[in-house]
Amino acid sequence: MLLLSGIALWSDAQATKGNKLTTHPVVYSLSLAVYCTAWTYYGSVGRAATSGFDFLAIYIGPAIFAPIWMIVLRKIIYISKAQRITSVADFISSRYGKSTTLGIIAALIAVISIIPYISIQLKAIAAGFDILIQSSHLEATNIPFYLDAAFYIAVVLTIFTIWFGTSKLDPNESHEGLVAAIAFESVVKLVAFLSVGLFVTYSVFNGFTDLFKQASAVDKIQQLFIIKSSTSGTWEWIWMTIISMSAIILLPRQFHMAVVENNNPNAVRTASWLFPLYLLLINIFVIPIAIGGLLILKDTGIEPDTYVLSLPLSFGKDYLALFVAIGGFSAATSMVIVAVIALSIMISNNIMVPLLLSSYTMRSEKVVNLSNRLLGIRRLSIVVVLLLAYGFFKAVSLQYALVSIGLISFTGIAQFMPIVIGGLYWKRATKAGAIAGLSIGILVWAFTLPLPTLVESGNISGSLMSKGLWGISWLRPYALFGLEGMGQIAHAAFWSLLFNTSSYMVVSLMTRPSAIELTQADFFVDIYKYKDKTIEYEFFKRRAKITDLVGLLNRFLGEKRAKELLEQFEIDHQIKLSKIESASTEFINFTETHLAGAIGAASAKAIVSSTSKQDPIKMEEVFTILDQTQEVIRYSKAMERKSKELEDLTFQLTEANKQLKELDRMKADFITTVTHEIRTPLTSIKALSKILYDYPQLELSKRQEYLDIISSESERLSRLINQVLDLEKIQSITDVKMELIDFKEVVKEICHKFQQMIIEKNIDFTLNLPEEPLNMKGNKDRLTQVVVNLLSNAIKFCDSEQGKIQLTLKAQQDYFTLKIKDNGRGVPKAMERYIFERFTQVSHQQEGKPKGSGLGLAITKSIVEQHEGRIYLEDNHGQGATFVVQLPMYVMIDILDKS
Amino acid sequence: MKMNVRKTAANTTVLIVDDEPSIVIAVEFLLQQEGYKVLKAFDGNAAIKIAEQHQPSLVILDVMMPGITGFEVARKIRENPDLEDTRIIFLTAKGTTADKFEGYANGAEAYLVKPFDNQELMNNINEMIAYG
Repeated sequence: MLLLSGIALWSDAQATKGNKLTTHPVVYSLSLAVYCTAWTYYGSVGRAATSGFDFLAIYIGPAIFAPIWMIVLRKIIYISKAQRITSVADFISSRYGKSTTLGIIAALIAVISIIPYISIQLKAIAAGFDILIQSSHLEATNIPFYLDAAFYIAVVLTIFTIWFGTSKLDPNESHEGLVAAIAFESVVKLVAFLSVGLFVTYSVFNGFTDLFKQASAVDKIQQLFIIKSSTSGTWEWIWMTIISMSAIILLPRQFHMAVVENNNPNAVRTASWLFPLYLLLINIFVIPIAIGGLLILKDTGIEPDTYVLSLPLSFGKDYLALFVAIGGFSAATSMVIVAVIALSIMISNNIMVPLLLSSYTMRSEKVVNLSNRLLGIRRLSIVVVLLLAYGFFKAVSLQYALVSIGLISFTGIAQFMPIVIGGLYWKRATKAGAIAGLSIGILVWAFTLPLPTLVESGNISGSLMSKGLWGISWLRPYALFGLEGMGQIAHAAFWSLLFNTSSYMVVSLMTRPSAIELTQADFFVDIYKYKDKTIEYEFFKRRAKITDLVGLLNRFLGEKRAKELLEQFEIDHQIKLSKIESASTEFINFTETHLAGAIGAASAKAIVSSTSKQDPIKMEEVFTILDQTQEVIRYSKAMERKSKELEDLTFQLTEANKQLKELDRMKADFITTVTHEIRTPLTSIKALSKILYDYPQLELSKRQEYLDIISSESERLSRLINQVLDLEKIQSITDVKMELIDFKEVVKEICHKFQQMIIEKNIDFTLNLPEEPLNMKGNKDRLTQVVVNLLSNAIKFCDSEQGKIQLTLKAQQDYFTLKIKDNGRGVPKAMERYIFERFTQVSHQQEGKPKGSGLGLAITKSIVEQHEGRIYLEDNHGQGATFVVQLPMYVMIDILDKS
Repeated sequence: MKMNVRKTAANTTVLIVDDEPSIVIAVEFLLQQEGYKVLKAFDGNAAIKIAEQHQPSLVILDVMMPGITGFEVARKIRENPDLEDTRIIFLTAKGTTADKFEGYANGAEAYLVKPFDNQELMNNINEMIAYG
């Protein structure tokens, strides 16, 4: 103990000189060996002597897991350092929105699981002590506590732990002394264990070969080390491996050494091979010692757990025995010290402070410095934990082997595994899910492991074991839901983790995370995104006065520490805090993080919130802020899209405006043209009728000619008016009634009506119609008008002497073509472009204007376009005109036919 | 014996240009009744050709015709020094102020809008022939 204190003081002194021995990867790896407790030291041999290779499972798990420490453990360390996380309970609470409830649950689970574990260390120390002084052991239950060695051991350990663990308020301000002492103890226990191993193997026996030869002669021993392939054994192995994987990081003392005391995340790399090597070394002599014990001490009734000590003693090697006892003592004390420190931090930060926070004194302005009070709480927690451990030792653990109680603790702690791993990699996990998983997991654990233990030790009587809870057979603690054939540990681990994980996932998926849960989830899962950036991860818009925050730091950390921190902050951020009134987000976060180091994340958040005003932040906002990069990309894409949309819209508007203007102009043009077209016949009518009136003696032939002209011009006038009305109607009514018609029939009908006229004009008319009907969706009246216009044009323009017209209708793939060809003069090249425009007429010098309004083709085109078809003039190389109309066919999808 | 012989209808040629035969028929009749010699054209290019050949005293011009417009015909006539004495009257359905302005700008002496009054047209023609 004195030596330990010396080492601790020395390395503390080194640390203040800036010589940080404890950041060395080897020291870090050795400090992780706090994993190897008295259970390893004494218990492994005991386990090996009673059940063979079983003891190995809990070392294989960590060894398998070690290579991926660089991924998982380093991530946990980065997160914990960034958020000044103080314990595994704090880690869990912090991940799930800095939840106080979750912090309390996790801390309670840790305390419940670990106290029995501490108690078995006390047992080990006491047993070792008893063996050394040759007193009768295993009767500790009967003696009063003031005569019990274990009690004094507990007292000494309490003092020592208080001195080690509560010198500084923030556990993140590492305790170099503690780390160095633990690393030293790891060396001591290894050397001591190797010594006894070498003694047994090479001094008592003649090396491994001799040892195993002698062992194989004894049937009972041989049976032990034959690996049995029973189902229950295999399951036990698998499950012990799994739970020990989680234990190596999640056990409070492991988390404390591996994460909280870690000042050099890259030391993990060394630890990931050095630590497994340490485990190998310390296990090498387990079997030889066990065999040796079985061979030599077989009839003495000595508990196998004490073979390590009893063997040297039985050969009179007192000094070796003393050294071995010191090794065991080291193993036990290091575990107890670290575990108790870790538990006390959890108790004070995650249980006591949140509870006290609501009370008056903590918030009162009168209490200037709370840091001493916090340390007081922590010291008290240490005393309470060790007292509880001692109480448990007296009550229960004497009746059990070291290993079985250790495994119960391991399985309890394994309940953290789903929510920690999920918390690191699954953003969707919620607080409610974590609470559900943890609570249900620990209840199943309590029912399947500690409860039967209590029943068996006689503390609780009843038929629970054989008949099940409330007499329901599938609620038997060792055969839940009728699952038998597994070992106790495998059975409990299987059911508790199954219930834990599934309720964690189901409840997480059913609940919506709050804003702070989302930010924390993002921070934990994407730590590497935040690690290298100086940007603050926090997205809450909080406002607070500098003076309030400085006050908080003074009260909780002490004035001296607060002053140091503030100076550091001023240097880092190049600002003078005294000159600013309201705090920046950085400063609020800075305050909260450092308070978190002292009192836990959840409490720090609560306290800072009490002084700062938090602008209500909507879920939508948080969602936007989260996945920042993604969101920015998405956002810029959306912006791009929006601006594209706007551009399109502007374009459309400009186009629409242009069209409207064009329409307006066209309307004006149309009116001008129409009035012009009306005035022309009107002029003839007016002039000629006046002539007839003024010259009554006009010769009859002239009179007849003028009257003819007047009559035809009147006709022209009325036709014109009708067609103008037609055109307006066609262009303004867009929803014409469309029905299924056979276009071939339409054409046929028209040709029939024109037959008389064609014969009269002596025109050579050829008609080519297809056999099959040409179905289309259209308006029959209008399509009739199209054909009539084109056909009458052809009749009008074809050669007046030897007229020739060809009408061809044929179907192509999904449309059909109507061609009407005449042998007239054709359309002059210059007019082709205008032929379908309104009031365009082709006239010839000698013949003057043909009869017509100039609207026929414009109307025809409008109708064709309404039917989604097109009309054009085919190049005929000066041999008459050919008008082509293409219309879409109606394709009937005959489902019955297809199938 | 008068040196400055007053022009009479009998020795005066008038060219009518219009793509509407019925109008040409009506105006021709009216001019013939007064004793003018009448020439006819149904489009702008033909009109220019006939004007150059016969150097009529007066051209009655429509505006909207296939090919070149009446305004262009008027400009062509004005550009030709041989046709210096030829008078131009527009007789057209285009009746806006802007159209009239363009007609006078292209060298017309009168601008009448269809449908015209027979008497008014003849008065204009007679006056122009008599007083230059």
